[in-house]
Amino acid sequence: MKHLKPVNQKADRVERHIEAAAEAAASGEVVALQQAPLRPDVHVPLGCSFVFFPGWEVDVEGGTAGLCSPVERDLFDCHLGCFWPAQVPDQLNHAPDWTATCASAQKDWRKIDLIFP
Amino acid sequence: MEAETAPCFRTRHLHRFEAAGKAFLYLQNAAIFALDDPSRAILDLLEPEPRSRDDVMTALEPRWPAAALDEGLDELVRVQAVAPVDQASPEIPKVIPLEPFPLTTMVMNVTNQCNLACAYCYEYGEDKIVDTANGAQPKFMSALTAKQSVDFMFREAGPNKVVHMTLFGGETLLNLPVLKVAIPYARQRAIELGKRVEFNLTTNGTLLKPDAIDFLVENDVAVTISIDGPQEMQDTFRVFHSGAGSYDVAMPKIKELLRRHRTKPIGARVTLTSKTLDVHRMFRHLTEEVGFREVGFAPVTTSPDRQYAIEDGGFDTMLGQFRDLAEEFRDHAVENRHHAFANVKDTLEEIHKGVSKAYGCGAGLGLMGVATDGQVALCHRFAGSEDHSMGSVTDGIDRERQAEFLDRHHIENKTDCRTCWARPLCAGGCYHEAQTRYGTTEAPNLHYCDWIREWTDVCLRIYGELAERNPAYLARFEGRVTDEASQAS
Repeated sequence: MKHLKPVNQKADRVERHIEAAAEAAASGEVVALQQAPLRPDVHVPLGCSFVFFPGWEVDVEGGTAGLCSPVERDLFDCHLGCFWPAQVPDQLNHAPDWTATCASAQKDWRKIDLIFP
Repeated sequence: MEAETAPCFRTRHLHRFEAAGKAFLYLQNAAIFALDDPSRAILDLLEPEPRSRDDVMTALEPRWPAAALDEGLDELVRVQAVAPVDQASPEIPKVIPLEPFPLTTMVMNVTNQCNLACAYCYEYGEDKIVDTANGAQPKFMSALTAKQSVDFMFREAGPNKVVHMTLFGGETLLNLPVLKVAIPYARQRAIELGKRVEFNLTTNGTLLKPDAIDFLVENDVAVTISIDGPQEMQDTFRVFHSGAGSYDVAMPKIKELLRRHRTKPIGARVTLTSKTLDVHRMFRHLTEEVGFREVGFAPVTTSPDRQYAIEDGGFDTMLGQFRDLAEEFRDHAVENRHHAFANVKDTLEEIHKGVSKAYGCGAGLGLMGVATDGQVALCHRFAGSEDHSMGSVTDGIDRERQAEFLDRHHIENKTDCRTCWARPLCAGGCYHEAQTRYGTTEAPNLHYCDWIREWTDVCLRIYGELAERNPAYLARFEGRVTDEASQAS
């Protein structure tokens, strides 16, 4: 690399990995596991950005891939800053921890229990 | 149908810092890169909002040739500092360590009793987890249990050649008779098994009588002294049951230990509270006036409503003083001189290796605590707690329970940590702190996120300066074994 200079040992490993991948690509060799599979379930979208702009959906890094799918994602998409307060527990007052056991909606949505006000 | 537009690029979770007049980049995979001017300008442009490659060219071409910008952007994408907006963020790989994970450190609570009654103590104070006064555990570990613990340690260490045995309490020296059985026994077993055992002992210093010092010196035991600094600070919380301060009793004995024990560095471990927060004075006193070679500081573990809990303003005071000491450390390290501020050195080593932690620490992984009755727990702070049991010294580590623990506590489960750039080094923090604050070991310690990020930034700057001005200092970390809590990702 010309513009980025590795400084710590991890950066050295990243650079070696990139160079090895580039060499393999140049020689036409197929290398497994070079690209991580797309996993939309890791997204924690920022909801619909602002209350007045439903449908503008970005994740926490500004990404737009795989939002609101699968449907379990709606659980997260519609709390906090969004304007669908009725369908999820009141996180500000009654149930601050209602998503605590649910790290990834697609896998863990069953862990979310009923909440009674 | 819409015409296909060129993808926009966005920055990923990263942290930029400057040191020695250069720009650096710390990525969520723990890699650090130095930036040149074009790549720095590209990041400046992309950070506020995503832009397409053409936008980047248009904005920056007057200053740099198109080829440099093109390459710079490609390199940023390759190291995962920048990504097209329509590409999903990579998942944190959830790799549970191989089983059986060898035990590297056993922390043995040889007693749960103490001759001091420090008001903030997690073991006896208001936030205690285990009832040590009237609980189920014996007050002192028996010689038999101690020997069984040693056998357990070597058995669970598997193929490891070196094991660490940490002697802890209560006040460890209250059970000197059992130490005098356990340490020689461990030494003898190590020889028989062809392994090496390293001893470390923590004490409040009040019981360092001549025969105790003799024993520690003869057996080459590294010693950590819990002490809070000059007299008025030490005597604020570190008191006897009568309420009398412990400084006058401990200090002459500590000085005698420092004078006689020269084979192992003797460290001071200071607990910071809202009332004892003069880090500078504590540090000067413990190093220059008392003679400790290393001094480490940690904020008290407490629920937030205690008077001694450090509040937001207190964290700023602490950070400012830590920064001063860290800069002193840097100036010493540039000239290859020793500096006693222990908090920086460990972090520098982790930064240099590029440690990316799946777990906040080694507890439940390569480190276990043993209670006085031989029960094995997550770490010494949970010794005796049924809820955090991991087996017993006679039956060994409960591997099923350990696997379940590691699955539940993996960084991938900590949703709150996803977007944090300091995640590789913090990984959510201490389980005991979380238990005390939030009632569960699974919670990330959100109350000190800002402080962790600011402190990590300080350490990164120090690291960047050393990388520029004295890389040989950093190279000395390279031969050492990686911390068991870390996993390359």
